[in-house]
Amino acid sequence: MAESVAVRADGEEHEPVGFAFEDRPRPLEGVRAYGLIMAMWVRSTMAYRASFAMTLFGNLAVTAFDFVTILLMFTHVDALGGYALPEIALLYGLSSTAFGVCDLLLGSMDRVGGRVRDGTFDTLLVRPVPVLAQVAADRFALRRLGRITQGLLVLGYAIVTLDIAWTPLKMLMLPMTVLSGAAIFGAVFIAGAAFQFVAQDASEVQNSFTYGGTTLLQYPPTIFAKDLVRGVTFVVPLAFASWLPALYVLGREYPVDLPQWVAFLPPLVAAGACALAGLAWRAGLRSYRSTGS
Amino acid sequence: MADDGFISLDGVEKVFEVRRRAGLLRRERHEVRAVDGISFRVARGEMVGYIGPNGAGKSTTIKMLTGILTPSGGRLRVAGIDPSRERTRLAQRIGVVFGQRTTLWWDLPLRDSYRLMHRMYRIPDRRYRENLERCVELLDLGKLLEVPVRQLSLGQRMRGDIAAALLHDPEVLYLDEPTIGLDVISKVKVRQFLKELNAERGTTVLLTTHDLTDIEQLCGRVMVIDHGRLMYDGSLAGLHEVGESERMLVVDLESELPPIRLESADGGDQPALRAVKVEGPRQWLAFPAAASAAPLVARIAADYPLVDLSVREPDIEAVIARMYESTP
Repeated sequence: MAESVAVRADGEEHEPVGFAFEDRPRPLEGVRAYGLIMAMWVRSTMAYRASFAMTLFGNLAVTAFDFVTILLMFTHVDALGGYALPEIALLYGLSSTAFGVCDLLLGSMDRVGGRVRDGTFDTLLVRPVPVLAQVAADRFALRRLGRITQGLLVLGYAIVTLDIAWTPLKMLMLPMTVLSGAAIFGAVFIAGAAFQFVAQDASEVQNSFTYGGTTLLQYPPTIFAKDLVRGVTFVVPLAFASWLPALYVLGREYPVDLPQWVAFLPPLVAAGACALAGLAWRAGLRSYRSTGS
Repeated sequence: MADDGFISLDGVEKVFEVRRRAGLLRRERHEVRAVDGISFRVARGEMVGYIGPNGAGKSTTIKMLTGILTPSGGRLRVAGIDPSRERTRLAQRIGVVFGQRTTLWWDLPLRDSYRLMHRMYRIPDRRYRENLERCVELLDLGKLLEVPVRQLSLGQRMRGDIAAALLHDPEVLYLDEPTIGLDVISKVKVRQFLKELNAERGTTVLLTTHDLTDIEQLCGRVMVIDHGRLMYDGSLAGLHEVGESERMLVVDLESELPPIRLESADGGDQPALRAVKVEGPRQWLAFPAAASAAPLVARIAADYPLVDLSVREPDIEAVIARMYESTP
């Protein structure tokens, strides 16, 4: 007590006006807040090291088995929808890695509905940082590195075994596809979370697009009905997260008639999808703040 | 707008649209006016109790004041800021404690949650250290800083939450049921702390509570809300007058006796108290809340074989209910 009074008495008056607040660019503030909250979750996870090690291993095993089923399939057939194993591996690796990155970064966004229902969402709204960043970093889980690891391994296997002439452009396509793909999946996550302001238990709808979407993309488009392929090309643009750029790399025809330059569009499609998702999020948040649920 | 209070509300409304199922597929829409035209001013440094029955509109008002909800009508300002339009900017200047929802990190030591506040609110290092030291001392958190939050008792966690809301030197502190579920010692500590905070820092405090003792010990001013309207705004003593509330003297006599009667001290027709219930040697005697209990007790002790006694405060729900009946 005496100490704090002494500090106070040496001339530093308590100023009631909010300090340290300047108008900073919101995206940067969001990323910073995301980092702070993510670090807290990582520390929380590390409070239970053994449990973390086991879930990480479990996560890796489950995702690994997923590809093993494809390997088993190829012990009986030579091609699936006209695609050989290395080609399937490329599709699989691209989509799995992209989805894994997104799942790591935004994986618990579907908790928004639950938070709205139990009222804890309000506690996020009284913080001086963007709500989207807080929601995105919610329950950040390092165990989701498992899927990325698996995706990269499969991708590596595809690159080594594929019998194609690699040009610099084709090599550049791979990281571009993964990053754009992650952004496209991210847009779906955010739009899905926004929808939960309206329907609080809609997380399954979102899962059908995200988890369902990534499973879809792991197989060649030739084995699906054309309407479905059109749907994931033009409506929910998941096809840009793997199929279109991957088919260019493989030198294959896309079942829906599209010019070849479409294969280079993923970054633009990703930017557009994210912009739309951002608008959806704002609309969702606005409806929450005027209805209070 | 110089005459504006630090917190000012002018005819603030919040209307929710609720859809109710009416028949198999048909749904009826109807409006619920959670807050129905509330106006008040709170000056900087005031400590105000905001009370009312469940569902009266207390939380809705607090949510509008913090910018969580957007008002449907009226004008609302906190420190000159429109909360719903500049929620993030306002957040830097207010502290909020939701009694039943902790904002602390469950699996981490208390100190880690404070470090997050330090960085999230960009509190200057020196200010942070001072404030933390002060909170730790006054809220008795010294031994708890390294304990994971999940191991804290409810009272300890509430103290931890209050500290977390104050590290960034907010000008206003909103407390939603800060003493709910706490043991007596924790309640005393929390009240003591809030009193000192208000006295030393001039922090404006607005608290909702069901515990009348909170109001008695902390708030010079109390606002009562019911059905979304402000029913009363003034001192606690005034509230008892308006609500014609009564306190209850419970006396244990040596033996079973007929109901105690005391004539009015100033010779009026109204007796000084009335017996509400008699159960063997124990009697329940009601008297106006504004009257002092001491002379009554002295007179009873002089005339009756008194063994033991206690005074029960009127409960706020009853006061409000009575007030509501008397205003058509």
